[in-house]
Amino acid sequence: MSVDARLIKRLRAMGDSDPFELNVHLRAEAGITVLFGPSGAGKSLILNCLAGFARPDEGRILVNDRLFFDAATHVHLLPRDRCCGYIFQDHALFPHMTVRENLWFAAASRPALNGRLNRHRRINELLEAFELNELAGRKPIQLSGGQKQRAALARTLVNEPSLLLLDEPVRGLDARLREGFYEVLRRTCGQVRVPVILITHDLEECFQLADAVCLVENGRFTQSGSRDSVFKRPANTEIARSLGIYNILPAEIEALDPSRGTSRLRVFEFELEGPYFPGHLIGDRGFICVPSSEVTVKPPGGPLTANCLVLRLSGQTGSPRGVRLQFEHDVVATTTESDYKALKGNHELVVEIPPSLIYFVGK
Amino acid sequence: MLALAVDWFPLWLSLRVAAIATICVLTLGTALAYLLSHKSFRGKHLLDSLITLPLVLPPTVLGYYLLVIAGRASPFGHIYEGLFGRPLVFTWQAAVVAAMIHSAPIYIKAAAAVLETVDYRFEWAAQSLGASEWRTFWRVTLPLAWRGLSSLAALSFARSLGDFGVTIMIAGNIPGQTQTLSVAIYDAVESGDGSLARVLVVVVSALALALLWPAAYLSRKSRPAASA
Repeated sequence: MSVDARLIKRLRAMGDSDPFELNVHLRAEAGITVLFGPSGAGKSLILNCLAGFARPDEGRILVNDRLFFDAATHVHLLPRDRCCGYIFQDHALFPHMTVRENLWFAAASRPALNGRLNRHRRINELLEAFELNELAGRKPIQLSGGQKQRAALARTLVNEPSLLLLDEPVRGLDARLREGFYEVLRRTCGQVRVPVILITHDLEECFQLADAVCLVENGRFTQSGSRDSVFKRPANTEIARSLGIYNILPAEIEALDPSRGTSRLRVFEFELEGPYFPGHLIGDRGFICVPSSEVTVKPPGGPLTANCLVLRLSGQTGSPRGVRLQFEHDVVATTTESDYKALKGNHELVVEIPPSLIYFVGK
Repeated sequence: MLALAVDWFPLWLSLRVAAIATICVLTLGTALAYLLSHKSFRGKHLLDSLITLPLVLPPTVLGYYLLVIAGRASPFGHIYEGLFGRPLVFTWQAAVVAAMIHSAPIYIKAAAAVLETVDYRFEWAAQSLGASEWRTFWRVTLPLAWRGLSSLAALSFARSLGDFGVTIMIAGNIPGQTQTLSVAIYDAVESGDGSLARVLVVVVSALALALLWPAAYLSRKSRPAASA
């Protein structure tokens, strides 16, 4: 079960929008692949090309060895022949049908699922699996946000799709319902084992759900790969910045020790110890990326251990997860409410960076 | 009290003409409206302009065209006469054609707008679930647009009742055969029968109002969006 899609599509300038070119090569296996990027990056266009609602100018779409689209040989399957489960923003359940009728519509649209009895059985199984049994007679307007999402997911699964496409499925849901839907989605992915392509511009969602990530910006993939490879090893500082989870500091490599697997770095006037960076040389200048969540903050005055920077505090804001501290050089750290009490009143604080989490990006 | 002997034939004829014309406009017009709202093809703007043309041309011009097209000398007139055994012009069927010309442009333009307001995501969802375009139209688009379309059907019927210019050009003014309400009113005024004209005018107005009232009610109900 895999998707291999090479897509090139040019959109002419219209009204006040600039011309746009989508040029990506998407490869996805069974599991959740998240397209992450700002709005207007071309994420929805990718889904529409896969589902058959947009026709690429060039390229080829292969899903499980079935050709959906090929510009060279003019193959372009209609959306209804592609068997993609497409979940739209706001789910698009038919408002004039009940939940059961929505599922029935899907079942009756595919001649492959022949026999009324088979269809009924399939629908009942899905209603059961998604805890929709008691809601089967209700219209979408009588459902809560989470229930609608479950119903939409169940409806796409009626026909056993070869590919699931989700366009910001939890937009507008509160945190609790989001969690619930993630749970349902993960469980579903474990069962159906098809590629799932999910669009989001929410980092949290990307982190929670993704097996693989494609970072989309301005019609291109800036980086793609497994979740950890993308999040732990951003290809450049711009990507690291767009992920929004890193402290990015200018650094110079002063020493490299492959035998011990360590390095020494100069950051401002401080010396830090880091892991060995293969492919880099002593004297290389670049940036270090350190996840903001992994940085610890201590009050000044104590013994200065290794990997500590003394930085001036420039501001702090409260957030549900604790206090976010803003230092000079755009360094950010989060700390708990109780730890913050011990730090209060100091203009300068000690910021400690764990050596193993330092990631060096060349210029 | 003066008992007024009113010949009600024009009323029945007008109702019959309007009903048939509305049915034709609904089927043909909805198909054209779907084409305009959902498809992109060469000559779409030309088709759009042709559909709008009857709104701006004087009825005499339209009537003249129809006389030429449907006259006994034209190929169409010939075929029609061969099929039905008599010419189209100066029959009540011609009044149906006139009523259609009168109501179709407005219906098609407005129906295209109504069909466009159906959230495309419903239609896309249906198609990616495997539904054909035909099934999507009948099961999704049409049910979601029916309020708007039925209000337009009422408007279309009301408008079909009121055609005068084209009707008198191609159906003529034959009492008991092709004389519709509006033509009968003209006739009554011309012959100085003020009381008959008054009765008929009141009937036409009341009928139109009775149709437009529910139409306004139906069109006021807004359609649901994808999030509803």
